[in-house]
Amino acid sequence: MNIVVCVKQVPDTWSERTLRESDSTLDRDAADAVINELDEYAIEEGLRLAEAHGGEVTILSMGPDRATEAIRKALSMGADKAVHLVDDALAGSDLLGTSAALAAVLGQIGFDLVILGSESTDARTGALPAMLAERLGVPQLSYASKVEVDGSAISIHRLADYGYDTVEATLPAVVSVVEKINEPRYPTFKGIMAAKKKPVQTMSLADAGIDPATVGLANAASEVTGWAKRPPRQAGTIVTDEGDGGAKAAGFLAERKFI
Amino acid sequence: MTAGTPGTGVERSYPDEAARAAIGLAAEIGANELAPAAAAAEREGRFPRAEFRLLGRAGLLALPYPAELGGGGQPYETYLQVVEELAAAWLTIGLGVSVHVLSCFGMATAGTPEQRERWLGPMLGGDLLGAYCLSEPGSGSDAAALRTQATVDGQDYLLNGTKAWISHAGQADFYTVFARTAGDPDGRDRAHGISCFHVPASTPGVTAAPAEHKMGMRASATAQMRFESARVPAGQLLGEEGRGFSIALAALDSGRLGIAACATGLAQAALNTAVGYARERRQFGRPIIEFQGLGFMLADMATAVAAARALYLAAARRRDAGLPYGREAAMAKLFASDTAMRVATDAVQVLGGYGYVEDFPAERFLREAKVLQIVEGTNQIQRLVISRSLARETRGKG
Ligand SMILES: Cc1cc2nc3c(=O)[nH]c(=O)nc-3n(C[C@H](O)[C@H](O)[C@H](O)COP(=O)(O)OP(=O)(O)OC[C@H]3O[C@@H](n4cnc5c(N)ncnc54)[C@H](O)[C@@H]3O)c2cc1C
Repeated sequence: MNIVVCVKQVPDTWSERTLRESDSTLDRDAADAVINELDEYAIEEGLRLAEAHGGEVTILSMGPDRATEAIRKALSMGADKAVHLVDDALAGSDLLGTSAALAAVLGQIGFDLVILGSESTDARTGALPAMLAERLGVPQLSYASKVEVDGSAISIHRLADYGYDTVEATLPAVVSVVEKINEPRYPTFKGIMAAKKKPVQTMSLADAGIDPATVGLANAASEVTGWAKRPPRQAGTIVTDEGDGGAKAAGFLAERKFI
Repeated sequence: MTAGTPGTGVERSYPDEAARAAIGLAAEIGANELAPAAAAAEREGRFPRAEFRLLGRAGLLALPYPAELGGGGQPYETYLQVVEELAAAWLTIGLGVSVHVLSCFGMATAGTPEQRERWLGPMLGGDLLGAYCLSEPGSGSDAAALRTQATVDGQDYLLNGTKAWISHAGQADFYTVFARTAGDPDGRDRAHGISCFHVPASTPGVTAAPAEHKMGMRASATAQMRFESARVPAGQLLGEEGRGFSIALAALDSGRLGIAACATGLAQAALNTAVGYARERRQFGRPIIEFQGLGFMLADMATAVAAARALYLAAARRRDAGLPYGREAAMAKLFASDTAMRVATDAVQVLGGYGYVEDFPAERFLREAKVLQIVEGTNQIQRLVISRSLARETRGKG
């Protein structure tokens, strides 16, 4: 099975994140960069499927030069090789542009199964897997908490509020995973060393046959028109228990629709 | 990636890419898996078998042994910094890795090709955990006075006796045991006649006593090991019969470097806790780190930790270069463990009342530091080793 796992480098959620004044895009230099956490679950699932059914795991990442750190991490976990789509013209691409670019690369390198995290911690739209499946013209199986492959049949547990739905499709397909699906492995010492020697193919827009007019900030269909810093945290509400503390606390939660 | 590096946050100069990979991985596992679990496990006395398995799978349990034998093929300069990072996250783990490496030493250095072929792979492969059985109830500093007997019985040896203070007792998969095959434990030549054996935990007649109730490192099992007519095939004798004590001493030279690295890691963790607290805590209208009396204390602590690290790394580089390093290892163990004790004590002082309660790790660091001045040769014995080498040197120069 030819498995491609899409991996994105994102600013660490633990560091202070901000948008750039000039163009309202994420200031990626201001924060530590890490692999998008959900992508680690996607990589783990890809590795497990390849271990169980044979085949190769290829990492696909679109991002600046610095994204090689995330790619190496994915390779050190055990993926076989990687494709890095890197081109200045891609900076600021929105979902439409990103999905078009990734689809173009996937069309070139081929795949039986594409696995993604169900969202990234920076933009958090969660829409990329669906857009990618649409552009590739293959079934989409989203929010998977379990994946099973049998020949060319794939079935997943799609996580829902009430439990899960079982969703089935035929390969090739796109799957997005949730963190319930597995426990990502740590790289091994030998794996980190071996990752340095694994092939990473870099592709430009031209290599991938992507029309520059479809990607980048200038061609984005969506636009950030305004933004503000998160307001400082307000002081909490103190509920004094005068025998009715439980009811007051429940009222507080109900008011905010937590219960 | 410099800022936000997990673990101790110490800026290191890495000898090579492999060092960066191994130390970085140890720091990451330390920050994500070990440090968050340490306080509760120490309180409950839970032995961290799962954490050792995780390190085994990551390839961090046998770094200093040759890759051909199944180890990580790394120099001590790299291996010890891994131990330091692990110990900074959780001393029981750092010390446990050092003990495991110690317990593989006899097989790796004195084992025959056949013995290594049969046993060493899994020992270095990360699935198994080892223990090192030298001390006895009646012989600690004077280890050569050990009384555990190994008597020949057909093709086998029968082991009888009691070992004391054994780290990983009852948890280990194999025990490296020193026992007497000849000689008088009270005689002048008591070091001769000691032999080294590889004893799998499943050997009948090998049992662990209930664990000791220690003042710190309660997650690490420490107990007596009893050997009651434990039958050990002659094929599990490591090195020549009667030459085991030299294996024990050589292993301890290396082991002391491991303790020095543990002590440096623990001291660094205590320093980090103290500095973090002193920057946040305000009294008299400002952070307490701005009071010179406290700032100078932190400066002395930081200087001592850096010196301890430099000392063990200097000894490690001598070892890696094939130079004699026994004296330097003793110096590093002595200085680093005394530093850990002082820095941990001062860290409690920096936190004031908060240093004395379990809500912060400072009091635990203090309880843990003490053991490092005792194990693998008390600090008196380290001074003995150093002073004897000085005496020999003067004579040799004459
Ligand atoms: C938590 C823990 C884990 C341990 N793990 C292991 C293990 O895995 N394997 C193992 O084999 N052992 C282990 N030990 C044992 C440890 O190595 C011994 O405790 C240590 O060597 C000291 O021996 P002792 O306790 O018998 O003290 P003693 O030797 O009785 O020493 C008592 C005091 O006398 C001093 N002293 C002794 N001789 C001299 C001298 N010639 N000059 C000056 N002062 C002297 C000592 O420094 C000490 O202060 C462990 C101990 C502890 C506490």
